[in-house]
Amino acid sequence: MAHVCSIITISQTVGANRIVPAVAIPHPLGNPKLPLAEEKELRRNLLKKALDALQTPIEEQTVFS
Amino acid sequence: MAEASQSRKYRIVHYLNQFFGGVGGEEKADCEPFTIQGPQGPGRLLEKLFREENADVEIVATVVCGDSYFADHQENVLRELIPLIRGYHPDLVVAGPAFNAGRYGMACGAICSSLEPLGIPAITAMYKENPGLDQYRKTVLIVETANTVSDMEAAVRKMVRLGIKRLRGEEIEFPKAEGCFEQGIRKNYFHEEPAYRRAIDMLLRKINEEPFETEYPIPFFDRVEPRPALTDLKGVTIALITSGGIVPTGNPDHIESSSASKYGKYSLEGLETLEAKTHQSAHGGYDNTYANEDPNRVLPIDMMRKLEKELGFKPHPWYYATVGNGTSVDNARKFAKEIAVELIRDGVQAVILTST
Repeated sequence: MAHVCSIITISQTVGANRIVPAVAIPHPLGNPKLPLAEEKELRRNLLKKALDALQTPIEEQTVFS
Repeated sequence: MAEASQSRKYRIVHYLNQFFGGVGGEEKADCEPFTIQGPQGPGRLLEKLFREENADVEIVATVVCGDSYFADHQENVLRELIPLIRGYHPDLVVAGPAFNAGRYGMACGAICSSLEPLGIPAITAMYKENPGLDQYRKTVLIVETANTVSDMEAAVRKMVRLGIKRLRGEEIEFPKAEGCFEQGIRKNYFHEEPAYRRAIDMLLRKINEEPFETEYPIPFFDRVEPRPALTDLKGVTIALITSGGIVPTGNPDHIESSSASKYGKYSLEGLETLEAKTHQSAHGGYDNTYANEDPNRVLPIDMMRKLEKELGFKPHPWYYATVGNGTSVDNARKFAKEIAVELIRDGVQAVILTST
Protein backbone atom coordinates (compact mmCIF):
# COMPACT_ATOMS: atom_id res chain seq x y z
CA MET A 1 0.00 0.00 0.00
CA ALA A 2 1.13 3.52 -0.75
CA HIS A 3 -0.23 6.32 1.43
CA VAL A 4 -0.58 9.66 -0.34
CA CYS A 5 -1.10 12.12 2.49
CA SER A 6 -0.67 15.71 3.48
CA ILE A 7 0.64 15.24 7.03
CA ILE A 8 3.62 12.90 6.86
CA THR A 9 4.06 12.64 10.63
CA ILE A 10 0.56 11.20 11.06
CA SER A 11 1.22 8.63 8.37
CA GLN A 12 4.48 7.69 10.10
CA THR A 13 2.79 7.45 13.48
CA VAL A 14 0.03 5.14 12.30
CA GLY A 15 2.60 2.91 10.60
CA ALA A 16 2.25 3.35 6.83
CA ASN A 17 5.32 1.96 5.05
CA ARG A 18 5.25 3.65 1.63
CA ILE A 19 4.46 7.32 2.14
CA VAL A 20 4.04 9.88 -0.64
CA PRO A 21 3.75 13.52 0.53
CA ALA A 22 0.74 15.32 -0.96
CA VAL A 23 0.04 18.97 -1.73
CA ALA A 24 -2.21 20.24 1.06
CA ILE A 25 -4.95 19.05 3.40
CA PRO A 26 -7.98 20.35 1.42
CA HIS A 27 -6.52 19.26 -1.95
CA PRO A 28 -3.90 16.52 -1.49
CA LEU A 29 -3.78 15.67 -5.20
CA GLY A 30 -4.48 19.05 -6.72
CA ASN A 31 -3.77 22.72 -6.51
CA PRO A 32 -6.62 25.10 -7.33
CA LYS A 33 -4.16 27.97 -7.85
CA LEU A 34 -2.71 26.29 -10.93
CA PRO A 35 -4.22 26.39 -14.42
CA LEU A 36 -6.19 23.18 -15.04
CA ALA A 37 -3.60 21.58 -17.35
CA GLU A 38 -0.81 22.14 -14.85
CA GLU A 39 -2.94 20.89 -11.99
CA LYS A 40 -3.64 17.68 -13.89
CA GLU A 41 0.05 17.28 -14.57
CA LEU A 42 0.75 17.69 -10.85
CA ARG A 43 -1.86 15.04 -10.01
CA ARG A 44 -0.48 12.69 -12.61
CA ASN A 45 3.02 13.05 -11.18
CA LEU A 46 1.85 12.38 -7.63
CA LEU A 47 -0.09 9.29 -8.66
CA LYS A 48 2.87 8.12 -10.73
CA LYS A 49 5.04 8.57 -7.66
CA ALA A 50 2.66 6.40 -5.63
CA LEU A 51 2.77 3.72 -8.33
CA ASP A 52 6.58 3.91 -8.35
CA ALA A 53 6.58 3.55 -4.55
CA LEU A 54 4.58 0.33 -4.91
CA GLN A 55 7.31 -0.98 -7.22
CA THR A 56 10.19 0.02 -4.93
CA PRO A 57 11.56 -2.61 -2.52
CA ILE A 58 11.87 -1.18 1.01
CA GLU A 59 13.01 -2.49 4.37
CA GLU A 60 11.44 0.16 6.58
CA GLN A 61 9.05 3.12 6.53
CA THR A 62 10.03 5.22 3.56
CA VAL A 63 8.93 8.69 2.49
CA PHE A 64 9.02 9.06 -1.29
CA SER A 65 9.47 12.81 -1.50
CA MET B 1 -13.79 -0.41 56.67
CA ALA B 2 -16.34 -1.26 59.31
CA GLU B 3 -19.08 0.34 57.23
CA ALA B 4 -18.65 -2.43 54.68
CA SER B 5 -20.39 -4.78 57.07
CA GLN B 6 -24.14 -4.84 57.11
CA SER B 7 -26.79 -6.65 59.04
CA ARG B 8 -26.61 -9.39 56.44
CA LYS B 9 -23.63 -11.01 54.79
CA TYR B 10 -22.65 -10.07 51.28
CA ARG B 11 -23.09 -13.01 48.93
CA ILE B 12 -20.29 -13.77 46.52
CA VAL B 13 -20.14 -16.30 43.68
CA HIS B 14 -16.64 -17.26 42.59
CA TYR B 15 -15.68 -18.56 39.13
CA LEU B 16 -12.65 -20.85 38.72
CA ASN B 17 -11.21 -23.02 35.98
CA GLN B 18 -10.64 -26.77 36.35
CA PHE B 19 -7.16 -26.29 37.76
CA PHE B 20 -8.02 -23.89 40.58
CA GLY B 21 -11.34 -25.67 41.01
CA GLY B 22 -9.39 -28.76 42.06
CA VAL B 23 -10.33 -31.02 39.14
CA GLY B 24 -6.93 -31.27 37.48
CA GLY B 25 -4.57 -29.70 34.97
CA GLU B 26 -4.61 -29.49 31.19
CA GLU B 27 -5.78 -33.10 30.89
CA LYS B 28 -9.03 -32.04 32.58
CA ALA B 29 -9.53 -28.86 30.53
CA ASP B 30 -12.54 -30.47 28.84
CA CYS B 31 -14.38 -30.63 32.16
CA GLU B 32 -18.03 -29.52 31.94
CA PRO B 33 -19.27 -26.78 34.26
CA PHE B 34 -20.34 -27.71 37.78
CA THR B 35 -20.98 -25.94 41.06
CA ILE B 36 -19.53 -26.38 44.53
CA GLN B 37 -21.31 -24.95 47.58
CA GLY B 38 -18.97 -22.59 49.44
CA PRO B 39 -15.41 -21.54 48.64
CA GLN B 40 -12.83 -23.63 46.83
CA GLY B 41 -9.06 -23.17 46.33
CA PRO B 42 -8.28 -19.45 45.96
CA GLY B 43 -11.82 -18.78 47.20
CA ARG B 44 -10.72 -19.58 50.74
CA LEU B 45 -8.01 -16.92 50.52
CA LEU B 46 -10.52 -14.52 48.97
CA GLU B 47 -12.96 -14.99 51.82
CA LYS B 48 -10.20 -14.69 54.43
CA LEU B 49 -8.85 -11.43 52.98
CA PHE B 50 -12.35 -9.94 52.67
CA ARG B 51 -12.87 -10.66 56.35
CA GLU B 52 -9.49 -9.13 57.24
CA GLU B 53 -10.87 -5.94 55.73
CA ASN B 54 -13.93 -6.29 57.95
CA ALA B 55 -16.18 -7.05 55.01
CA ASP B 56 -18.74 -9.61 56.07
CA VAL B 57 -18.85 -11.82 53.01
CA GLU B 58 -19.67 -15.38 52.22
CA ILE B 59 -18.73 -17.25 49.09
CA VAL B 60 -22.04 -18.98 48.60
CA ALA B 61 -20.97 -20.98 45.58
CA THR B 62 -17.98 -21.70 43.38
CA VAL B 63 -18.67 -22.30 39.70
CA VAL B 64 -16.02 -24.35 37.90
CA CYS B 65 -15.53 -25.02 34.20
CA GLY B 66 -12.70 -26.50 32.16
CA ASP B 67 -10.85 -23.90 30.06
CA SER B 68 -11.13 -25.82 26.78
CA TYR B 69 -14.73 -26.71 27.42
CA PHE B 70 -15.56 -23.04 27.99
CA ALA B 71 -13.65 -21.92 24.90
CA ASP B 72 -15.30 -24.54 22.69
CA HIS B 73 -18.84 -24.03 23.98
CA GLN B 74 -18.80 -20.44 25.15
CA GLU B 75 -22.34 -19.54 24.12
CA ASN B 76 -23.87 -22.63 25.65
CA VAL B 77 -21.81 -22.38 28.83
CA LEU B 78 -22.83 -18.76 29.33
CA ARG B 79 -26.46 -19.63 28.65
CA GLU B 80 -26.23 -22.23 31.40
CA LEU B 81 -24.05 -20.41 33.93
CA ILE B 82 -25.42 -16.88 33.89
CA PRO B 83 -28.92 -17.86 35.13
CA LEU B 84 -27.31 -20.31 37.54
CA ILE B 85 -25.10 -17.59 39.02
CA ARG B 86 -28.05 -15.17 39.17
CA GLY B 87 -29.98 -17.80 41.07
CA TYR B 88 -27.59 -17.37 44.00
CA HIS B 89 -28.53 -13.64 44.19
CA PRO B 90 -24.88 -12.59 44.47
CA ASP B 91 -23.90 -9.08 45.56
CA LEU B 92 -20.61 -9.60 43.73
CA VAL B 93 -19.11 -12.14 41.35
CA VAL B 94 -15.37 -12.71 41.36
CA ALA B 95 -13.71 -14.58 38.47
CA GLY B 96 -10.14 -15.81 38.66
CA PRO B 97 -7.45 -14.43 39.02
CA ALA B 98 -6.43 -15.87 35.66
CA PHE B 99 -2.81 -14.60 35.56
CA ASN B 100 -1.44 -15.38 32.09
CA ALA B 101 -3.76 -18.32 31.30
CA GLY B 102 -5.34 -17.23 28.01
CA ARG B 103 -8.47 -19.39 27.83
CA TYR B 104 -9.10 -18.84 31.55
CA GLY B 105 -8.78 -15.07 31.10
CA MET B 106 -11.21 -15.14 28.18
CA ALA B 107 -13.67 -17.16 30.25
CA CYS B 108 -13.40 -14.81 33.25
CA GLY B 109 -13.92 -11.79 30.98
CA ALA B 110 -16.91 -13.39 29.23
CA ILE B 111 -18.61 -14.24 32.53
CA CYS B 112 -18.07 -10.79 34.03
CA SER B 113 -19.12 -8.91 30.91
CA SER B 114 -22.31 -10.99 30.73
CA LEU B 115 -23.18 -10.23 34.36
CA GLU B 116 -22.45 -6.48 34.47
CA PRO B 117 -25.35 -5.53 32.14
CA LEU B 118 -27.67 -7.49 34.48
CA GLY B 119 -26.68 -5.21 37.34
CA ILE B 120 -24.45 -7.76 39.06
CA PRO B 121 -21.00 -6.31 39.87
CA ALA B 122 -18.40 -8.71 38.50
CA ILE B 123 -14.63 -8.37 38.66
CA THR B 124 -11.69 -10.40 37.46
CA ALA B 125 -7.89 -10.20 37.42
CA MET B 126 -5.21 -11.15 34.92
CA TYR B 127 -1.77 -10.44 33.52
CA LYS B 128 -1.31 -7.61 31.01
CA GLU B 129 -0.60 -10.01 28.12
CA ASN B 130 -3.62 -12.23 28.74
CA PRO B 131 -5.78 -12.10 25.57
CA GLY B 132 -8.83 -11.69 27.80
CA LEU B 133 -7.61 -8.18 28.61
CA ASP B 134 -7.99 -6.68 25.14
CA GLN B 135 -11.29 -8.42 24.65
CA TYR B 136 -12.96 -7.35 27.88
CA ARG B 137 -11.13 -4.34 29.39
CA LYS B 138 -13.77 -1.91 28.19
CA THR B 139 -16.70 -3.68 29.79
CA VAL B 140 -15.11 -5.25 32.86
CA LEU B 141 -12.91 -3.94 35.67
CA ILE B 142 -9.81 -6.13 35.46
CA VAL B 143 -7.25 -6.08 38.26
CA GLU B 144 -3.64 -6.27 37.08
CA THR B 145 -1.67 -9.30 38.28
CA ALA B 146 1.79 -10.71 37.65
CA ASN B 147 2.01 -13.52 35.12
CA THR B 148 2.19 -16.48 37.49
CA VAL B 149 0.29 -17.93 40.40
CA SER B 150 3.06 -16.88 42.81
CA ASP B 151 1.31 -13.49 42.77
CA MET B 152 -1.90 -15.03 44.15
CA GLU B 153 -2.03 -13.32 47.52
CA ALA B 154 -1.21 -9.83 46.21
CA ALA B 155 -3.68 -10.30 43.35
CA VAL B 156 -6.50 -11.45 45.62
CA ARG B 157 -5.79 -8.59 48.04
CA LYS B 158 -6.25 -6.07 45.22
CA MET B 159 -9.45 -7.82 44.12
CA VAL B 160 -10.75 -7.61 47.68
CA ARG B 161 -10.17 -3.85 47.87
CA LEU B 162 -11.90 -3.35 44.54
CA GLY B 163 -14.61 -5.83 45.52
CA ILE B 164 -15.44 -3.90 48.69
CA LYS B 165 -15.88 -0.69 46.69
CA ARG B 166 -18.15 -2.50 44.24
CA LEU B 167 -20.15 -4.01 47.12
CA ARG B 168 -20.70 -0.52 48.50
CA GLY B 169 -21.87 0.61 45.09
CA GLU B 170 -19.03 3.09 44.73
CA GLU B 171 -18.37 4.48 41.27
CA ILE B 172 -14.88 3.52 40.10
CA GLU B 173 -13.71 6.76 38.47
CA PHE B 174 -10.07 5.87 37.98
CA PRO B 175 -9.52 2.14 37.39
CA LYS B 176 -5.75 2.55 37.54
CA ALA B 177 -5.93 3.93 41.08
CA GLU B 178 -7.71 0.72 42.07
CA GLY B 179 -4.98 -1.47 40.61
CA CYS B 180 -7.04 -2.15 37.48
CA PHE B 181 -6.21 -1.75 33.82
CA GLU B 182 -7.40 1.45 32.17
CA GLN B 183 -10.70 0.91 30.41
CA GLY B 184 -10.07 3.45 27.69
CA ILE B 185 -13.17 5.40 28.68
CA ARG B 186 -12.94 9.17 28.88
CA LYS B 187 -14.96 10.82 31.65
CA ASN B 188 -15.44 14.55 32.09
CA TYR B 189 -15.00 16.06 35.51
CA PHE B 190 -13.91 19.33 37.12
CA HIS B 191 -10.30 19.41 38.22
CA GLU B 192 -9.34 21.86 40.94
CA GLU B 193 -6.22 22.91 39.03
CA PRO B 194 -6.59 24.56 35.61
CA ALA B 195 -5.09 22.75 32.62
CA TYR B 196 -2.24 25.22 32.08
CA ARG B 197 -1.00 24.67 35.63
CA ARG B 198 -1.22 20.88 35.35
CA ALA B 199 0.63 21.01 32.02
CA ILE B 200 3.44 23.15 33.44
CA ASP B 201 3.68 20.94 36.54
CA MET B 202 3.91 17.88 34.33
CA LEU B 203 6.55 19.48 32.16
CA LEU B 204 8.64 20.46 35.18
CA ARG B 205 8.43 16.93 36.55
CA LYS B 206 9.52 15.61 33.18
CA ILE B 207 12.46 18.03 33.03
CA ASN B 208 13.47 17.02 36.55
CA GLU B 209 13.19 13.37 35.55
CA GLU B 210 10.49 12.81 38.16
CA PRO B 211 7.61 10.42 37.52
CA PHE B 212 4.54 11.97 35.94
CA GLU B 213 1.37 10.66 34.41
CA THR B 214 0.01 11.89 31.09
CA GLU B 215 -3.64 12.93 30.97
CA TYR B 216 -3.87 11.91 27.35
CA PRO B 217 -2.11 8.66 26.49
CA ILE B 218 -1.27 8.26 22.82
CA PRO B 219 -3.01 5.19 21.38
CA PHE B 220 -0.84 2.24 20.53
CA PHE B 221 -0.32 1.68 16.80
CA ASP B 222 0.94 -1.65 15.61
CA ARG B 223 3.56 -2.03 12.91
CA VAL B 224 3.55 -4.23 9.84
CA GLU B 225 6.52 -5.37 7.78
CA PRO B 226 6.68 -3.58 4.44
CA ARG B 227 5.25 -5.78 1.69
CA PRO B 228 7.48 -6.83 -1.20
CA ALA B 229 7.42 -4.42 -4.14
CA LEU B 230 5.33 -5.10 -7.23
CA THR B 231 7.64 -6.26 -9.98
CA ASP B 232 5.42 -5.11 -12.82
CA LEU B 233 2.22 -3.09 -13.00
CA LYS B 234 0.87 -4.92 -16.05
CA GLY B 235 -2.32 -6.75 -15.20
CA VAL B 236 -2.10 -5.88 -11.49
CA THR B 237 -5.36 -4.84 -9.83
CA ILE B 238 -4.93 -1.67 -7.76
CA ALA B 239 -7.63 -0.33 -5.45
CA LEU B 240 -8.16 3.25 -4.32
CA ILE B 241 -9.20 4.06 -0.76
CA THR B 242 -9.59 7.47 0.78
CA SER B 243 -10.00 8.86 4.28
CA GLY B 244 -10.81 12.20 2.65
CA GLY B 245 -14.56 11.59 2.61
CA ILE B 246 -15.18 11.51 -1.18
CA VAL B 247 -18.65 10.01 -1.61
CA PRO B 248 -21.37 10.03 -4.27
CA THR B 249 -23.39 13.24 -4.09
CA GLY B 250 -25.85 13.17 -1.23
CA ASN B 251 -23.62 10.89 0.88
CA PRO B 252 -25.94 7.87 0.50
CA ASP B 253 -24.44 5.94 3.45
CA HIS B 254 -24.58 8.99 5.74
CA ILE B 255 -20.92 8.71 6.69
CA GLU B 256 -20.45 11.08 9.61
CA SER B 257 -18.45 14.28 9.01
CA SER B 258 -16.40 13.48 12.11
CA SER B 259 -15.86 10.42 14.34
CA ALA B 260 -16.95 8.17 11.48
CA SER B 261 -18.55 4.90 12.51
CA LYS B 262 -18.66 3.52 8.96
CA TYR B 263 -17.17 3.52 5.51
CA GLY B 264 -18.68 3.32 2.05
CA LYS B 265 -17.92 1.20 -1.00
CA TYR B 266 -18.71 2.82 -4.32
CA SER B 267 -18.54 1.77 -7.95
CA LEU B 268 -16.06 3.24 -10.40
CA GLU B 269 -17.45 1.23 -13.28
CA GLY B 270 -17.60 3.38 -16.41
CA LEU B 271 -16.33 6.48 -14.62
CA GLU B 272 -13.51 8.31 -16.44
CA THR B 273 -13.33 11.09 -13.86
CA LEU B 274 -15.13 12.41 -10.80
CA GLU B 275 -17.28 15.47 -11.23
CA ALA B 276 -18.72 18.10 -8.93
CA LYS B 277 -22.23 16.98 -9.79
CA THR B 278 -21.65 13.27 -9.11
CA HIS B 279 -19.32 13.29 -6.11
CA GLN B 280 -18.63 15.44 -3.05
CA SER B 281 -16.70 15.48 0.18
CA ALA B 282 -18.46 14.43 3.39
CA HIS B 283 -15.44 15.31 5.51
CA GLY B 284 -15.98 17.84 8.31
CA GLY B 285 -12.33 18.43 9.10
CA TYR B 286 -11.20 20.57 6.18
CA ASP B 287 -12.64 23.22 3.87
CA ASN B 288 -14.48 21.17 1.24
CA THR B 289 -14.57 23.93 -1.40
CA TYR B 290 -11.73 22.54 -3.52
CA ALA B 291 -12.72 18.89 -3.15
CA ASN B 292 -16.32 19.66 -4.08
CA GLU B 293 -15.20 21.67 -7.14
CA ASP B 294 -13.08 18.77 -8.36
CA PRO B 295 -13.22 15.54 -6.29
CA ASN B 296 -10.20 14.21 -8.26
CA ARG B 297 -8.15 16.49 -6.00
CA VAL B 298 -8.74 13.95 -3.22
CA LEU B 299 -9.53 10.77 -5.15
CA PRO B 300 -7.59 10.96 -8.45
CA ILE B 301 -9.86 8.94 -10.74
CA ASP B 302 -9.08 11.02 -13.83
CA MET B 303 -5.37 10.27 -13.65
CA MET B 304 -5.95 6.68 -12.56
CA ARG B 305 -7.74 6.15 -15.90
CA LYS B 306 -4.99 7.88 -17.89
CA LEU B 307 -2.23 5.88 -16.23
CA GLU B 308 -4.26 2.69 -16.53
CA LYS B 309 -4.08 3.05 -20.30
CA GLU B 310 -0.39 3.93 -20.29
CA LEU B 311 0.88 1.43 -17.73
CA GLY B 312 -1.51 -1.47 -18.15
CA PHE B 313 -2.67 -1.98 -14.54
CA LYS B 314 -6.32 -2.55 -13.68
CA PRO B 315 -8.04 -0.13 -11.29
CA HIS B 316 -10.32 -2.07 -8.96
CA PRO B 317 -13.91 -1.27 -10.00
CA TRP B 318 -14.83 -0.23 -6.44
CA TYR B 319 -13.35 2.38 -4.17
CA TYR B 320 -13.72 2.61 -0.40
CA ALA B 321 -14.14 5.87 1.47
CA THR B 322 -14.47 7.04 5.02
CA VAL B 323 -13.95 10.28 6.90
CA GLY B 324 -10.69 10.43 8.80
CA ASN B 325 -11.62 13.13 11.27
CA GLY B 326 -11.41 12.22 14.93
CA THR B 327 -12.19 8.65 13.88
CA SER B 328 -11.33 6.26 16.70
CA VAL B 329 -8.44 3.89 16.20
CA ASP B 330 -10.79 1.02 17.08
CA ASN B 331 -13.20 1.97 14.29
CA ALA B 332 -10.39 2.52 11.81
CA ARG B 333 -8.97 -0.89 12.63
CA LYS B 334 -12.39 -2.48 12.19
CA PHE B 335 -12.87 -0.80 8.77
CA ALA B 336 -9.40 -1.90 7.69
CA LYS B 337 -10.01 -5.51 8.65
CA GLU B 338 -13.26 -5.70 6.73
CA ILE B 339 -11.93 -3.87 3.69
CA ALA B 340 -8.74 -5.95 3.56
CA VAL B 341 -10.72 -9.21 3.57
CA GLU B 342 -12.81 -8.00 0.61
CA LEU B 343 -9.81 -6.69 -1.32
CA ILE B 344 -7.94 -9.96 -0.95
CA ARG B 345 -11.04 -11.91 -1.92
CA ASP B 346 -11.41 -9.73 -5.03
CA GLY B 347 -7.82 -10.27 -6.12
CA VAL B 348 -6.56 -6.75 -5.42
CA GLN B 349 -2.76 -6.74 -5.19
CA ALA B 350 -2.01 -3.15 -4.22
CA VAL B 351 -3.75 -0.14 -2.72
CA ILE B 352 -3.28 3.59 -2.97
CA LEU B 353 -4.77 5.34 0.06
CA THR B 354 -5.26 9.08 -0.11
CA SER B 355 -5.65 11.23 3.00
CA THR B 356 -6.42 14.87 3.44
